[in-house]
Amino acid sequence: MAGKNCVAIAGDTRFGVRNQTVALDSNRIFKINNRTLFGMTGLNTDILTLRESFKFQMNLYNLEEEREISPKTFAHNVAQTLYSKRFGPYFITPIIAGLEGEDYTPFLCATDLIGAMEFPKSFVVAGTGEESLMGVCETFYKENMEPDELFEVISQCLLAAVDRDALSGWGSVVHVLTKDGITTKRLRTRKD
Amino acid sequence: MQKGGFNFDLYQRNVELIEKNNYKVPKTTKTGTTIVGVVFSDGVVLGADTRATSGPIVADPNCEKIHKISDYIWCAGAGTAADTENTTGMISLQLELLSLSTGRSPRVRTALTLLKNFLFRYHGYISAALVLGGVDFTGPHLHMIHPHGSTSTLPYISMGSGSLAAMAVLETGYNSKMGEEDAKSLVHQAILSGILNDLGSGGNVDLCVIKHKSMEFFRNVDTTNSKRKFRKKLPYMFKSGSTKILEKEIEEKMRKMEIVNEKESQIEELEEL
Repeated sequence: MAGKNCVAIAGDTRFGVRNQTVALDSNRIFKINNRTLFGMTGLNTDILTLRESFKFQMNLYNLEEEREISPKTFAHNVAQTLYSKRFGPYFITPIIAGLEGEDYTPFLCATDLIGAMEFPKSFVVAGTGEESLMGVCETFYKENMEPDELFEVISQCLLAAVDRDALSGWGSVVHVLTKDGITTKRLRTRKD
Repeated sequence: MQKGGFNFDLYQRNVELIEKNNYKVPKTTKTGTTIVGVVFSDGVVLGADTRATSGPIVADPNCEKIHKISDYIWCAGAGTAADTENTTGMISLQLELLSLSTGRSPRVRTALTLLKNFLFRYHGYISAALVLGGVDFTGPHLHMIHPHGSTSTLPYISMGSGSLAAMAVLETGYNSKMGEEDAKSLVHQAILSGILNDLGSGGNVDLCVIKHKSMEFFRNVDTTNSKRKFRKKLPYMFKSGSTKILEKEIEEKMRKMEIVNEKESQIEELEEL
């Protein structure tokens, strides 16, 4: 979700195989650099593979360009990687959130599993509870939220949606990215 | 590093996942769409709605469906969003390189052949239905391209899920001696008809008017459908601290190191030797 010169990503931490819960601490939101956060949902093996793949690409980018990648460029990189597997795709839905440029304008991007990007100004959602999340974010979202309020809003949205989704839950983590750094908070969710 | 073309490495795994394990595949974003093109006396008008859907949910209420192939050749796309984006992007790239190597400004017919050959190679698996329009030195051109690679050249075209609604308006209002304003208004009405009557189309109206050496893009010309009328006046307020936190971790951005003192003693030692 985007606020005033800040963005936040929130996700749950359950890893399961259909109805069985396998792990309670699977992290699906990764920091690309000081300005970009990247989250994925979907098939865990593809999440892990792509995590390593993007880590490698970003290290190479940093060495070659001698600067950090901007969130917009990273989003296009993600889309291209996903589209290259157009027939035989990775089963993931990624979300990129970051602060773009000198003015730290919030940047949000979501793509589908084959890399069709969209750049909304307010919020992006993904995962098994995405329809609930869409509804609750649409209700609670306000423009130009400060980081504290953004944290409250995105947490309440996630908790509300997770309660209505059997496959999500068992802990959640929220990252708020501002120009001063990233604040990570863990929340208690229902353990069922 | 992989060479050009698509990568089929994961195809077998995906087939097994879907058939044996009944994996619920994430949905692709489609552009249900109404796209329209009309030729008028001086050029071409292209129009599109702005809704992108993911199943029954609206993924993007304001996406751009009219893509640039070259300065005066534009293309509206319906079908799978990733396919239309990447196909038009790829052909735009090829056309730019071609025009640089031939030293001539690109023709609409060239773009048509490139698109048609590309899509036919994949036998319809790349789901991109396109309305290609533009003005080159031979005059205004308008073509429709189907996902399997067949093309038609017509004075007015509509494609996408809302094509029937749009075609009804076009058939009623089109005449071959239209001027720019009439053509713009006709395309606008046709897209509006698609937005209102077709469930897969919605959002705002985008128009693109191409004439000889001139192009005007009217983004979100008509936004009457997307302004939410009944919005609750007082927004929900969450007081600070209303969410209980288990753990908190703050990572401060590393500041760039500033060089305060530079010692030159090492250089002096070397010189003595």
